Amino acid sequence: MSAPSERRVRLPRGGEARVLEKGEGPPLCFLGGLRGLPRWPAFLDRLAARRHVIAPSLPGFFGATGHQDLDDLADWIAAALDLIEACDAAGADLVGASVGGLLAAEIAAFSRASVRRLALIAPFGLFDEREPIADVFALRRSEVAGMLCADPATYEAFLAMPEAEDEIEWQVLCARAEEAAARLLWPFGDLGLRKRLHRIAAPTLLVWGARDRVLPATYAKRFADGLGGLVQIRSVENAGHMAELDAPATVADAVLTFLG
Amino acid sequence: MKLLWFHLMPYTRLPEDFAERHPSVWVDIDSRLFDPALAHDMYNDFMDELEYAAEMGFDGVCVNEHHQNGYGLMPSPNLIASTLARRTRDAAIVVMGNSLALYNPPTRVAEEMAMLDCISGGRLVAGFPVGTPMDTCFAYGQNPSQLRQRYHEAHDLIVKAWQTPEPFAWNGRWSKLRYVNVWPRPIQRPHPPIWIPGGGSIETWRWCAEKDYVYSYLSYFGYKLGKATMNGFWQEMERLGKEPNPYRAGFLQFVGVAETRAEAMDLYREAAEYFYGRCLHVDARYAAPPGYSSEATLRARVQSQVVQAAQRASSDRRTYAAPSFEDIVEQGFVIVGSPDEVADQLREVATDLRVGQLMLLLQFGNMSRQLTLHNTELFAKRVLPQLRDLWDDDWENRWWPRPLAASERRVPREAPRS
Repeated sequence: MSAPSERRVRLPRGGEARVLEKGEGPPLCFLGGLRGLPRWPAFLDRLAARRHVIAPSLPGFFGATGHQDLDDLADWIAAALDLIEACDAAGADLVGASVGGLLAAEIAAFSRASVRRLALIAPFGLFDEREPIADVFALRRSEVAGMLCADPATYEAFLAMPEAEDEIEWQVLCARAEEAAARLLWPFGDLGLRKRLHRIAAPTLLVWGARDRVLPATYAKRFADGLGGLVQIRSVENAGHMAELDAPATVADAVLTFLG
Repeated sequence: MKLLWFHLMPYTRLPEDFAERHPSVWVDIDSRLFDPALAHDMYNDFMDELEYAAEMGFDGVCVNEHHQNGYGLMPSPNLIASTLARRTRDAAIVVMGNSLALYNPPTRVAEEMAMLDCISGGRLVAGFPVGTPMDTCFAYGQNPSQLRQRYHEAHDLIVKAWQTPEPFAWNGRWSKLRYVNVWPRPIQRPHPPIWIPGGGSIETWRWCAEKDYVYSYLSYFGYKLGKATMNGFWQEMERLGKEPNPYRAGFLQFVGVAETRAEAMDLYREAAEYFYGRCLHVDARYAAPPGYSSEATLRARVQSQVVQAAQRASSDRRTYAAPSFEDIVEQGFVIVGSPDEVADQLREVATDLRVGQLMLLLQFGNMSRQLTLHNTELFAKRVLPQLRDLWDDDWENRWWPRPLAASERRVPREAPRS
């Protein structure tokens, strides 16, 4: 697995964001999950074998700041649209995981022209009191890895501090990514996406880890029932909430097959 | 020095095996443990105790705000404060305080506190805490990443609302109000003294210095652990060129007084072990939601005392052991002794930590009304007179209420007896 290229793009409201890129072929934009992209994962590498993968950092997630200026969902959606336009990914296929999945769905609902085909990996955005989402912000330290990944070691490796990083700064970056996610999701109620799902016209793939302990796999059906266009659901065995980390090849291949 | 009597209003009937059988005293505490008929007794005992303390000559009585909490039965401290405003004569009514980000619109706080100031004849101290993560983010669902931004804006709005004579429009980031015109207005001008209960964050210290507010460190872990925080506070004041007036600082200390130290060890053991064993059994899951602490605070590794409490209590529940009373006393969480011993020790603590507004917890845990009144009486008669003069020769308390003259303050009619 070779390293991606890295550049920084300027954002219209000020500041910059990191963009990781790799591969040749039709463009595919990826918005990362609960921790963003602390490192380049095998999942994106497999996508990059056939596509030009563009992975910009959402505000607050490794590689970008600015989350503290975002006050509500509308601010986040505008920031996400600014971001994909700044890295020339508007109109490409859009893949989003977890938090990034929520924003990818919102982009598709508000700006149909921005998305060709859509793949969502366990996206946030809906809430059913009868089957509540797990509170990922109220976990004991020892519970986190097992809550987010089917194999805790996978999660630990994803978040492990790279050599030559300063330990305190690395912890601040990790905490900042958690804060950014909390700023968008807290306190986990319905964010209104339910009322906009019908506006999503892009053909949509829903990928769900069969062992997702955060968003029960039944949420895939809730999403599918609300979506306006063509929908496929793909359940992934032995994968948790971060299915793209637990089963990178399976998830990447499902995404590539669907996007065509 | 000012000596203030502080009540947390703990539920006094948590079962003996509470810490083993229940995950947390806070947020998701088992509501089946709450008996409203017993709470009737508790509230009335607690209010008697506060009133008694005021009668016995404490300079102020303090109440505070907690939500979904087994050791704090005051979701609304203002309700208790309003009865104290009627049932006490001279004591300061110290509301420590209202967690500003929880009130929508925040002018609610300006209104209620103005009511308290009017009813009490200008005896209110307005405490403005950010609030713990358990209260604000979990029980009240506030976004931890927005909490401090909302808190600061609410503060600015409240202080402006108290002082601006004309209606004004507020187009804040979090509150939009076309007509801000608080009615009633506080008696104290420009506004009641503002005290900030805080943990140990350097930003809070700087903000208190900038605004000229009292910084109040409400630790449950006594003067030994509190010393580092108070040293940090005073070093920062010195760095900022602020006069080292001890009345800038408040501090909370648990105390048990008896005729002898041996008797005190006997009398206060159960209540202290109840508090530190059951009341502080807070699930660590609720202690540090993302964004609650600023990045500067994270970097400095400075954590609020509540986080420490939670981590202490349940970072690993299987190995958690509640401290024994001997540990509790040894570590200075509770000061016990004869009146003279307690007075000597508190004089040393107040001098060492440089505290002018000393808050005492003389009821804690499941301490009975009878023992609480005993503790309060001994303290008031035999400890308090030994401490009162501290600091007064050298420093002015600019952060104390300025009420109407006693002769101008109304006295409620006698309550009917039947």
